[in-house]
Amino acid sequence: MSDAQVIPLNPDREPTGDGGASFAGEQHLAGAFRFLRRRLEGSYEVDDFGFDRELTNDVLIPSLRPLYEKWFPVEVHGIENVPSEGGALIVANHSGTIALDSLMTQVALADHHPAHRQLRMLGADLVFAVPFLGTVARRAGHTLACNPDAERLLESGEVVGVWPEGFKGVGKPYSERYRLQRFGRGGFVSAALRAQVPIIPTSIVGAEEIYPILADAKLLARLLGTPYFPITPTFPWLGPLGLIPLPSKWHIEFGEPIMTDVFTEGAADDPMLMFNLTDQVRETIQHTLYKLLMQRRSVFF
Amino acid sequence: MARVVLVTGVSRYLGGRLARLLGQHPDVERVIGVDVIPPPDDLGNAEFVRADIRNPVIAKVIKAASVDTVVHMNVIATPVGAGGRSAMKEINVIGTMQLLAACQRAASVKQLVVKSSATVYGVSAKDPAMFTEDMEAVRLPRSGFAKDSVEVEGYVRGFVRRRPDVAVTMLRFANILGPGIDTPLARYLSLPVVPTVMGFDGRIQLTHEDDALAAVEAATFGAAPGTYNVSGDGVLMLSQAIARAGRVNLPLPTPFASVTRELVRRFGYIDFTSEQIEYLKYGRGVDTSWITERLGFVARHSTRQTFDAFLLAHPLGRVLPWDAPEEPTPVTTIGGVAR
Repeated sequence: MSDAQVIPLNPDREPTGDGGASFAGEQHLAGAFRFLRRRLEGSYEVDDFGFDRELTNDVLIPSLRPLYEKWFPVEVHGIENVPSEGGALIVANHSGTIALDSLMTQVALADHHPAHRQLRMLGADLVFAVPFLGTVARRAGHTLACNPDAERLLESGEVVGVWPEGFKGVGKPYSERYRLQRFGRGGFVSAALRAQVPIIPTSIVGAEEIYPILADAKLLARLLGTPYFPITPTFPWLGPLGLIPLPSKWHIEFGEPIMTDVFTEGAADDPMLMFNLTDQVRETIQHTLYKLLMQRRSVFF
Repeated sequence: MARVVLVTGVSRYLGGRLARLLGQHPDVERVIGVDVIPPPDDLGNAEFVRADIRNPVIAKVIKAASVDTVVHMNVIATPVGAGGRSAMKEINVIGTMQLLAACQRAASVKQLVVKSSATVYGVSAKDPAMFTEDMEAVRLPRSGFAKDSVEVEGYVRGFVRRRPDVAVTMLRFANILGPGIDTPLARYLSLPVVPTVMGFDGRIQLTHEDDALAAVEAATFGAAPGTYNVSGDGVLMLSQAIARAGRVNLPLPTPFASVTRELVRRFGYIDFTSEQIEYLKYGRGVDTSWITERLGFVARHSTRQTFDAFLLAHPLGRVLPWDAPEEPTPVTTIGGVAR
């Protein structure tokens, strides 16, 4: 759709500061209408995974931006470790009761990486079985955490994000904060090796404090079919207000890439190598977490 | 080598068109089309033999004409017009068994092509985004056409073991759609108000009917037997397809969706199995790189182009006031710049 031609209604009038502002507002409105029209007509693109680039860039990321820039604010380190083109696998620690840490990483890469890279996350199967959540996740470019999907994305040159701690990480009690849980079976390492893309160990500080889990109501969780039911200082006591995350100060550090193209073909089938690499990634993240925590003056500043 | 080809299911749209197409092929000496009812359209150079594949008489047809290539198109997707679900199952499963039994006895048969379906991969929230031919269903289909397809493939694999000298190709088609074909999906998307499952939006892949025929042709004359996925490039979200068709999307909570399915089914308009409800929720993607690498087949229509061709041929009137998108936007592939 070509942009509408702008014809000034009153060419004699000097443009004033005020008029300029309202003109910009009109253009914005026209853009919003065009967007809405495309959505209603179904004339937009999704890729094979259901990723809707337009919706992600124009709606989903802007709606997360205030949280990223104002509420927490997030400070990013080492973004240059993420390549500007080609595949890469981001492996990070997971915490914070709901997976806001992964969303903030997505915003960091989209807004602050020089190549504005889209993070394609691998999510638990539970995410895709939940109404609305699964649909939004697919639209935002995420897919099921399984090796075929991970390899397909990496081989097509996407930046893939994985949080190997899964629910063990997000649902852990506050007393265990910044202590990494088991890293699954390390399937992510073999995916990176097969696709020959660098692994970028990423450490996130701040997410642990947004909803500190004091206790887990296991019975309620079983009734609701969720992996855990968090009891935080504000939830469920304050009702919906309890859903507001505490405004902690965040740091996301993208670490030195671990190159995988140095290994020979078939290395992905060597379980010992997989264990060692998984451990290396886990240790790197854990040490970076301790380093960042040492540097942090307070939880909120 | 002049070939004698037997095509089953020629009274249906795709089977009839295939018989006509193969009849024009220079390498084909004779095309014999079989079905239980006479075909509605002329079969061109192909001859029609009224025979039921559920009956051993089919063996006589194969022997009498010393058929060397059998193309099995008579696996049907909808009980509407077949005389109910039990008749449909009999045509699909018993029919395939009889046909394969006849082929096994006939020494003249050297090649078998079977129309299968991507529904054999099942549907679930745990599915990978794209299925390749070597993957298995995460959740096996339990009813309807999808289950029939799984059973048909099972019998075909049994046949491959017993007659290793026959080159067997199975084609797993994503939903076939186009200007002419009548499928459950075509009927569903033609409803003025399209019921969907609230909170879910499946990824839909389509094969253009012309591409489906071209794929069968490529399998018949190609030298690489095996199992292949067939689909147009790219996917459409279900909600996106409904929007493009100018229909009203009516999301229903899951329990209501089952009730509505039962109602629509009772009216006999579309048969919707619980399998198909799951498909509307999650959709499915199949990877088509194998058929391109090994048979050199490339679908000429993308999923989006197939859908637009379907819309163009079905002037049902738009329910929503705005017009159809003017120009077809180019198909994107994964990768490329972020913004």
